[in-house]
Amino acid sequence: MEYKPIRKVVSGNYAAAYAALHARVQVVAAYPITPQTSIIEKIAEFIANGEADIQYVPVESEHSAMAACIGASAAGARAFTATSAQGLALMHEMLHWASGARLPIVMVDVNRAMAPPWSVWDDQTDSLAQRDTGWMQFYAENNQEVYDGVLMAFKVAETVNLPAMIVESAFILSHTYDVIEMIPQELVDEFLPPRKPLYDLADFEREPFSVGSLATPADYYEFRYKIQKSMEEAKKVIKEVGREFGERFGRDYSQMIETYRTDDADFVFMGMGSLMGTVKEAVDILRQEGYKVGAAKVRWFRPFPKEELYELAKNVDGIAVLDRNYSFGMEGILFTEAKGALYNTDAKPLMKNYIVGLGGRDFTVNDVRKIAENMKAVIEKGELDVEVDWYHLKR
Amino acid sequence: MEIPEQVKKKLTLPAEEHFYAGHTACQGCGAALGLRYVLKAYGRKTIFAIPACCSTIIAGAWPYNTLGANLFQTAFETTGAVLGGIEAALKARGIKVKGEDGVMIVGWAGDGGTADIGLQALSGFLERGHDALYIMYDNEAYMNTGIQRSSSTPYGAWTTNTPGGKRHFLEKRHKKKVIDIVIAHEIPYAATASVAYPEDFIRKLKTAQKTPGPSFIQLFAPCPTGWRSPTDKSIEIARLAVQTAYFPLFEYKEGKYKINMPNPKKEPKPIEEFLKLQGRFKYMTREDIQILQEWVLREWEKLKKLAEVFG
Ligand SMILES: Cc1ncc(C[n+]2csc(CCOP(=O)(O)OP(=O)(O)O)c2C)c(N)n1
Ligand code: SF4
Repeated sequence: MEYKPIRKVVSGNYAAAYAALHARVQVVAAYPITPQTSIIEKIAEFIANGEADIQYVPVESEHSAMAACIGASAAGARAFTATSAQGLALMHEMLHWASGARLPIVMVDVNRAMAPPWSVWDDQTDSLAQRDTGWMQFYAENNQEVYDGVLMAFKVAETVNLPAMIVESAFILSHTYDVIEMIPQELVDEFLPPRKPLYDLADFEREPFSVGSLATPADYYEFRYKIQKSMEEAKKVIKEVGREFGERFGRDYSQMIETYRTDDADFVFMGMGSLMGTVKEAVDILRQEGYKVGAAKVRWFRPFPKEELYELAKNVDGIAVLDRNYSFGMEGILFTEAKGALYNTDAKPLMKNYIVGLGGRDFTVNDVRKIAENMKAVIEKGELDVEVDWYHLKR
Repeated sequence: MEIPEQVKKKLTLPAEEHFYAGHTACQGCGAALGLRYVLKAYGRKTIFAIPACCSTIIAGAWPYNTLGANLFQTAFETTGAVLGGIEAALKARGIKVKGEDGVMIVGWAGDGGTADIGLQALSGFLERGHDALYIMYDNEAYMNTGIQRSSSTPYGAWTTNTPGGKRHFLEKRHKKKVIDIVIAHEIPYAATASVAYPEDFIRKLKTAQKTPGPSFIQLFAPCPTGWRSPTDKSIEIARLAVQTAYFPLFEYKEGKYKINMPNPKKEPKPIEEFLKLQGRFKYMTREDIQILQEWVLREWEKLKKLAEVFG
């Protein structure tokens, strides 16, 4: 069948819901939280209209949402959920359970700031705080990437038997409408065949088995190592699946770090998610103004694309890491990761951390310009003014 | 071991064993016995969900599994939710659940994992009407973490965080009536059972298997380690719990209550008979015993009334 995309104007949340539908998820267990709610409402609507054959479990909390997805996935189904901020934090224990039990659950997290003070706006700290749960994490720049990301995530997750999180930003994507290209169902089916589970609780032919039981010090260590091995394998799979996606549907995701006009750049802006759309726009403008700059969008934060980062870092004088998140007592989280990844290499660009847009504060092209001015001065001087710059602070 | 046909005919319980030797329960463990009966009733086509509790250990460390059924070990507070997820998956895959030939999905959780941390997930499970059975095995404390009180611990009991001693610090609240909370959800079937009455327990398991929707069984399961009782007295203690009406056997089906006491006409024995075999009650004063006795009889009268009015 020839690929003719279906163009539709959707919000980021509807893009997520359509992707779940097209991925033929079998079980959805979810609990509402702003700004995730319209994802699960849309899925309920698909079911109500007879468009989808999904078992929908309207659980009583996010902790139970993840627990129910875990039960469903362990019993062989393709399971999906979505949440945000406090909901994701409440799930934390079960995120470990999903990866430890090797279940390829896919979840959309709508990046939202943690309370208190209450904020329903964009901030990446909720998802980044789940860094060590064994979940893969993909940060979407726009609604198209939300849709594509969910479809690819199922394929990657089911290949390496680890769960994956697709992250979109609150309101900037979740409630903003944009044209996206959706893929006809038959072609999605070809790309993403039915799941073949690693184990199946409903398999009564084999010896009775147990999952999640106690492992003594003689074995626990190896269980952890195998998760790491699968994360390493995931890098390969992500690139392959990203390339295949490009070949089939015209949008190539084979780069885990998408580079934009970096070839001859003196320095680059690095960040994740929707703010990188603004950055790319700014790069075009700054280029006209004589700045030799580029953008590096980290798509997959876990597994972390160390090798791609090294390739990039070798060829630039500086990296301005833009973090819409913060690890208290340290610095922006991507900044720590990026610096750490390069420490034992010979790539030593100047790296400076800009904390931007926390809790949904606007981040504009003009902000990128100011950061570029500062970064240029820093590089010319050859030393940092401050390492971590709370860029938006009212002084 | 092959059981001769004529012996099999006389057995009042299924002959098949699906609970393997080599499990790691303490001697005289009521929970282990309970698991054995559940497996006798349901056999291989069972999916267990077991949260953190003594039964995690009883089922064995990786790669062993002493239960002859598929088992998913889950987080402490998630039994109800995991059951719902498993059921949803089987339905999505067109696999039959319950009934004679369907898969039995069984949650098996302690009183702590049910009455305390897992109460929310239990409530969600009951209220949403999943086709699965939730069994709370009630050993009246957190045993896996070393005998701490739960809200199912009875008045006057010693535990390691209600230690008794000179300054009176025993458990001061009566046992939470989890079964009443469950029944308030108006589910199709709920029952109490005891490892001292296995025929009654298995009959109730079979009823749960036949009844569509969620079922709940609260199983009285003595714990010699936590109750400070002789390992060969577990059944006797469990029987006395019923005979004193401390833990009466009854079932609730479609709005109707039915008491299933072995000797329905007999007046309850004094509570001391149940208490005296267990070290956990040794700090109780006369007055404490009186308080517990009054509670037991009051609750018993309440139950009898319910059975009379809604029988
Ligand atoms: C979230 C969480 N908190 C605490 C624990 C520690 N924990 C494990 S088992 C247990 C007590 C279990 O008690 P109960 O459910 O009554 O079962 P029993 O051990 O008595 O069989 C506790 C507190 C845990 N595993 N998870
Ligand atoms: S501590 Fe009690 S419940 Fe736990 S295994 Fe031993 S006897 Fe059984």
